[in-house]
Formats: sequence, C-alpha cells, structure tokens
Amino acid sequence: MQQRNQPAGRADGASGTVSVNLTVNGTRHSLTLDPRTSLLDLLREHLDLTGSKKGCDHGQCGACTVLLDGRRVVSCLTLAVMQDGANVTTVEGLAKDGHLHPLQQAFIDHDAFQCGYCTPGQLCSGVALIAEGHAKTADEIRELMSGNICRCGAYTNILAAIQQAMRQS
Amino acid sequence: MSVAEVAQAPNVVAEAALRSVGVATQHDSAVRHVCGSAAYVDDVREPEGTLHLAVGGAPAARGRLKAIDLAAVRAAPGVVRVLTAADIPGRNDSSPVNAGDDPILAADSVAFHHQAVFLVVAQTRDAARRAAKLGKIDIEAERPLVSVDDALAAQSYVLPEYTFLTGEPEAALAASPHRVSGSLRIGGQEHFYLEGQVALAVPGEDDMLIYSSTQHPSELQAIVAHMLHLPAAAVTVEVRRMGGAFGGKETQAAQWAALAALAARLTGRPCKMRLDRDDDMIMTGKRHDFRADYTAGFDGDGRITAFDVMLASRCGYSADLSASINDRAMFHADNGYYLPAARIVTKRTKTHTVSNTAFRGFGGPQGMMAVERLIDDIAWSLGLDPLDVRKRNLYGDGRDVTPYGMRVTDNILPELIDTLERTSDYRTRRRAIAAFNSASPYLKRGIALTPVKFGISFTTTHLNQAGALVHVYLDGSVHLNHGGTEMGQGLFVKVAQVVAEEFGIDLAQVKITPTSTAKVPNTSPTAASSGADMNSMAARDAAQTIKGRLIAFAAEKYATPPELISFRDSHALIGNRLVPFAQILREAYLARVSLSSTGFYRTPDLHWDPGKGKGRPFFYFAYGAACSEVIIDTLTGEMKVARVDILHDVGRSLNPAIDIGQIEGGFVQGMGWLTCEELVYDQAGRLLTHAPSTYKIPCASDVPPDFRIALFDAANREDTIYRSKAVGEPPLMLGISVFAAIADAIHSLAPGKRVPLDAPATPESILHAIHQVTQD
Repeated sequence: MQQRNQPAGRADGASGTVSVNLTVNGTRHSLTLDPRTSLLDLLREHLDLTGSKKGCDHGQCGACTVLLDGRRVVSCLTLAVMQDGANVTTVEGLAKDGHLHPLQQAFIDHDAFQCGYCTPGQLCSGVALIAEGHAKTADEIRELMSGNICRCGAYTNILAAIQQAMRQS
Repeated sequence: MSVAEVAQAPNVVAEAALRSVGVATQHDSAVRHVCGSAAYVDDVREPEGTLHLAVGGAPAARGRLKAIDLAAVRAAPGVVRVLTAADIPGRNDSSPVNAGDDPILAADSVAFHHQAVFLVVAQTRDAARRAAKLGKIDIEAERPLVSVDDALAAQSYVLPEYTFLTGEPEAALAASPHRVSGSLRIGGQEHFYLEGQVALAVPGEDDMLIYSSTQHPSELQAIVAHMLHLPAAAVTVEVRRMGGAFGGKETQAAQWAALAALAARLTGRPCKMRLDRDDDMIMTGKRHDFRADYTAGFDGDGRITAFDVMLASRCGYSADLSASINDRAMFHADNGYYLPAARIVTKRTKTHTVSNTAFRGFGGPQGMMAVERLIDDIAWSLGLDPLDVRKRNLYGDGRDVTPYGMRVTDNILPELIDTLERTSDYRTRRRAIAAFNSASPYLKRGIALTPVKFGISFTTTHLNQAGALVHVYLDGSVHLNHGGTEMGQGLFVKVAQVVAEEFGIDLAQVKITPTSTAKVPNTSPTAASSGADMNSMAARDAAQTIKGRLIAFAAEKYATPPELISFRDSHALIGNRLVPFAQILREAYLARVSLSSTGFYRTPDLHWDPGKGKGRPFFYFAYGAACSEVIIDTLTGEMKVARVDILHDVGRSLNPAIDIGQIEGGFVQGMGWLTCEELVYDQAGRLLTHAPSTYKIPCASDVPPDFRIALFDAANREDTIYRSKAVGEPPLMLGISVFAAIADAIHSLAPGKRVPLDAPATPESILHAIHQVTQD
C-alpha cells in the first residue's frame, strides 16, 4: 500500500496543479487539482457529490465526515492530493444495489434527524464506529460519536439507530 | 423512541377515524436525508457562469468611515467587481421593521466589528474571500459600548423601555412579610444552524429568482425589491428546506440574499453568497443576553405577593426584532405563576455588537429565568422544597389573570406537574440526593422540576395569518404549497398529513413543493411556533374549498344529499356508492369544475392594546414540565446531567414522532444555552467565540444518559387544527430545569443561602457560585 504522508500525485510545475487518482463510491477518478483542494471541495465541487456538507470547514462539526479506506475522516481537513490511490465512500455510496445500508434504514426507523444537514456525516461516522468495534455501551457510542454535532438535538434517536444497526451487523 | 414505538404508545392514539393525522409518520425527506440527496441551497447545481461573493468587514466596532481603499481588491486574481453602498440603486436597508438601521453595506459609519462594508464579486469563492482581505478600511474609531452594563451606564437604547403594571407592587412589597432582591445574568446563544447563511440569485429578463435559506421569503422579497427598485412581483424567493434555522434565518438571511441579488443585477450573472462559518458567527445576530434585577415580596408559605423586575437586554446596533423579543420576555416573566402585583420593565439597550435577533423562544426563555430564580430564592429563604413553592404559585381559581390582563383558561400545569412529580419519582429521589450529598464531600447532586407555560401566537397580531395553494390533478395527485418553510421541524409532513386526511387519500399522493413567494404571497415568517397551526389551517381551507365543489358536483350527478358524501381510502363515498377518487375528479373536470384553490387562515380572538399593555395576545398556551437531575464536582465545576424526565403538552399530536423529536431537540438546545454555550466579546467589541472550537454546542455525550419523554394527552381547548398545539419553541424552556438543578446542587453546600449562579452555568460559573456561597 502506498504511503500517503506526502503528495504522491504527479506535480505539474508550470500550472502548480497535481494529478491524483481516487476511487469514490466505487468509481475511479483521475483528477488534476490545486494542491490546496480539500477532499470535501473535491467531492462537492469537482464530482458534484453534494451529500457531504460543509458545516464549519474547520473539522469541528463533523458534517463533512466520509470514509477514507474505511476510516472516518473530516473531509474538510483532508487534502485531496495526499490521498492518491485511496478509496472514498460518501453518504451517496452507502446504499448498495438500491438497498439502503442498515444504518440508513435505522436512521429512518428511529427518526434520527430533523433538518438533515448533519445526517450524511452522522451516517459515515456511525458506519465507521460500528466497523471499529470499540464502542459496546451506549455511553461509549455517545462518546465516540461526539465529533458529529446535531444542532437539532436528535442525539437520542441517532444513538438508538446506531444500536439497531449494531445488533444487525 | 422510534416511530413504530410512538405509534403504539397509548397516550398518542389519534381519533379512530383519522388515517393520516395523528400517525407517527416519518419526515417527508427521510430517504433523501439518509442518501444525501436532499438538496440545500449550496447543493443546487450552479447555473453556468455563476459568480461568488465575499464581504469585506469593518476592522473596528464603532466609528465614522473615513476612507475605503479597494484598489488591491479590484486587482486581485479572479475579481469581477467590487461593490460598496454607493452601488445600491434603491434602499440600503435590510431591517425587518423598516427602521432604516440595517444597512446592507455600511455607508457612512460602522456600528459593530466586521460589519459588511464592501462586496467582492469573483469567479470563485476562494478568489472572492482572498480578495476581501485586501481592502483597506479607514475608520475614525470610537470606544464601543459592548455589554448591557456599558449601555445602561451610557443610557444607550435602541428602543424605548416598556412596562407592564398590575396591582400596586410598591404597596404590596411594603406589606409583604418577606422580601428578596437579586440579580441574574442570562447569556446569549449562537444559533449554529448547521447550514450557514446562503443564497443564490439568478437574474431574469427584468426579474430576479432567489434561492435562499430563509424563514421569511416574503420579507426577503420586499427588501430585495426595495433595494433594486423592482416591483415585488418581479422578485421570487424560493425555499425548499433549510439545514436548521432556530430563528437565525427569520431576519438574518435577508442581507446575504440581498447582496447576491445586488451582484446578480449589476453583473447580469447568477451570484451565490455563502458565508464562511466564522463570518456567519461574527456577522449575524444571536439570542439576546439579559440582565435581570428584581425585588419581590412573598408570604410565609412561599406565595409571591409582589414582583418588580427590570429586564435589560443587549439588542446590538439596530432594532431588528428586539421590540417583539423584549415584549415576549415580558409576556413570560410570570412563566406559570400568578403575580398579584407586578411591575415588569424591559430596557432595550443599544450596543456596538451584532443586532441580536429571533432565537427559538424569542425572549420568552430569558423572561422566565428571573421568576424561576425568584422561586428558588423563596424556597431557599423559607427552607421549602422549590417544587412546593412552584406548585403553590401556579395559576388557579381566582388567581388566573396574567400581568398583561389575559385570563388563563386552559391551565393544565397543576395536573401535569403532579403527574411528572409521580412518574419521575421526584420525592424519593430528592431524599436520596440529600443522603448522597451529606455523605459525599466533593461531588454534589441536585434536582429540579420546573414548568413551562408558553403563549402561542405572534404578539404582532397581524402576522397571525397564513395562505396555501392546492391543486388537484386528474390522476388524484395533489400539489401542496403554503407559506411555511421547512427547517427540519417537520412542518411539511404535518401539513401534508392534514391535506391527505381532508381528501381521504394516501399521504404519498400529496406532493410537497418548495415554499415560493410566487405561489403564496405576503406570508408571515415561519416562526413563533405557529407554522403547523396556521399553515395546516390554510391548507385545509384550500382542500375544503375543492372538496366542497366536488361534493356539490357529486350531489347533483348522483342525486345524493351532500351530507351523505365523504372522502376516504382514496374514494368518494356517495351514499352507498364507492367512486375512486381519480374517477370523481375526471367526472368533475369534464363538468368544468375547478380543482384548484387558495386557502387562508387568520387566528381568531386576538387583541392587544400596546398603550395599556393589556389584552389577549395569545390564542392559547402550550405547557410542559421537566425534572432534571445533575451531579457537579465542586472542585472543578464540572457538571453532568444524570437523568431527565419530561412531560409535555402538544394537545392532540398531529405527528407524535415529529413532536417528540421537537421536545428532545428543544430541551437539548435549551440545556446548551444555559450550561455550555458561552459568547465572549472583548472590550473592542470583537466576538472571541466564533467557531465550534471556542463555542461549545451540546454533543452526543452531553445528552442525559437517562432521558424519558412523554406526551401529555389532552386536546387543545381552542379550535386548532385537529386540536393540536404548537411545539417548536416551548420545549426549549424545559432546559431551565437543568440550570435550577445545578443551583440546587450548589445550594446543598450552604443551605439557606442564595446561590448566585449566572447563566450559562459553565464550570467557571459553577465554581464562582460555589465560591460565593462557601466563603465567610
């Protein structure tokens, strides 16, 4: 596996842009980017995947959370060119073959959102949390979901949804 | 509680005859929300050639604008145009009350730090933001008034003070066996709607289409029309949904939409304005912070005999909605308690800070805080349980007129509180807490059960009107539009449920459409918790008009008396004959019957005399109560909420799943306001807490681990839509129970002493109060 601690893409000295290859929701993209482009801006502005939201642009609200090789990251603080060769899953990629991911269904079952703006980040964070396997109790889930703000305050239902999906996984 | 669980809960069973209303139906955008396909303004595919905007802000909070040097801004890469106040063709004001004090771009002087002075129009958002930093704004700076205390000392007011007077408070105070005086500071609150302020303006031939995240499309339309010298009919504002608003998009959305429209008009290209989060927090108004000074009299049983309170609020640099917000603080200075003699004064201070604005509760929460502290004062002074003092002071027989002359005829608080006292096991836990505290030197527990009585209606009477537009198509599908906006509160699904019920069709047949000034004109903001009450009534009115025509037609065609015709299960039941809905529509269409109608609603029985400060400003009251238990660490000030029990009155719920979500969310937001959310300004008037790194919003781990919510099952006594009650704002004030529980925990350190805890009860604030009660 390729090291990603430095821009591995090919730099174009004249234009200042960098080439990068990314697989997003199963589709491979070869892109030429300003090296300052965040993964979030890449998704929203270059690939028209607007499910991931820009809430604070500071990595503090969690609305932009996506899965990067299965790990949850805040995409607003992730430089796209640092992730050459990576696999990115956004909220748009959670459903498979027309079937909702169990956590998506659980969010609907438990009314785990109001305005919906934090929901894509909550879902990606929740999917990764379940895969991490660290959180066993309700308190642990709350603690490990504390990076995703829901200003509408649907936390109780988000917790219930994650617990339902956990039981199913 | 899940949607399924709610549907089976015994206290939320709807009337048997209802098929859509009263059912715990999922949010209409549920699937889109979980798939990331629910489009907010910033997600709408931008038209080709869209330009992006950023504002340049004032580097000082107060002073005359001497010079603006924008040469470097104009020369910056990607910049298309740079605009100042001089470029505005019409009225340079985004004030919601036409006060002329909210410049869209500052012209001669600035009145708060980072106030918008110029606008950069650029090819990309990044280019616009980089260029905006290059402006040189020269200000003849003066010392700003930042706090309420600064403004009171300078007698700086944005609006005249206003007083409610009932009885003879001086005489009653003099005759009272006990008296207490106190002062309480109540912090403001940043909305932190997760979707920040945003607008996209698309110029047409001689008109303008604006996509905005606003609670008040009609007002935004009027502001843009005045600014551009256009007739209102040439400006259309559309809102599909907002990513949260909480009052912060009632007036505060207008300036950004106006700037987008200005740039679109002057460049002829679509223009998008999306505020960066820090700019959003720095440049838009928040909940008013208050100082409450009070003196009260009470008898030996803890009954209030007189209450004299002065509420001073930080309104900021302009009027905005501060008149109504301070009025509402006064309307709720009694909360649920009878005040036989009272003087309630509000001072509306003018400071050189952002113009504070609507925020869920709209001054009501701040108004309640003083009287809730007074109740605790009385209990501490007499050695009574605060719950007993609360219960003794509730409105009741012969004690049922508010300080503003409205008789409380629907008071369910005594029964509601008794129920919650029992179900929360308050008395047993109170004893257990006392035992715990006596054995625990550093950790202390506290408990409080506090009520909410919240007046429902806009106190600006003319706003209590709503419109709707309903089209029925020949396939049986229904196009629904109304003046309300969706911000996550579930308004759209509630109104759709009402329309489905009226036509007796499946909810899926009702197509919810974006709010648009082109479909329903002259609307009120979606605010004051009134959205479902008013828009459901208007939509039902439209549906009933169409249904009335269908019944008249069917009565004649099928020679059946109209009273024997009804609609259910996607059929018209005409006598004993079942006719599919689509068939009766087709027959009516062929007979040239109109299948489209507007609808309208005006809330009845409202009157208000502002000169006398008396009247009936509210259609009804919504009630609730919460019992919260907390634990504090007296060495660090750390606090945890251990358990919360809520019993809340939504009348007969239109949608229990949505309503319970509103109660949970409102409580969490109210708890945040009073515990962890703290706004800090420096002496130069700069907001220091302008990102979630420094402004702490409740997160998943702050929510009580034991959180129990129930609906109080009672129909609204007033003739509201299916006897439901408004739910948007009232639950926020349930959070006061957490604040009171913290004070109770601190009180255990020095029984009998007043606890001078100010809000928010941050660890610093808790430690300060502990220090105050334990010294000497």
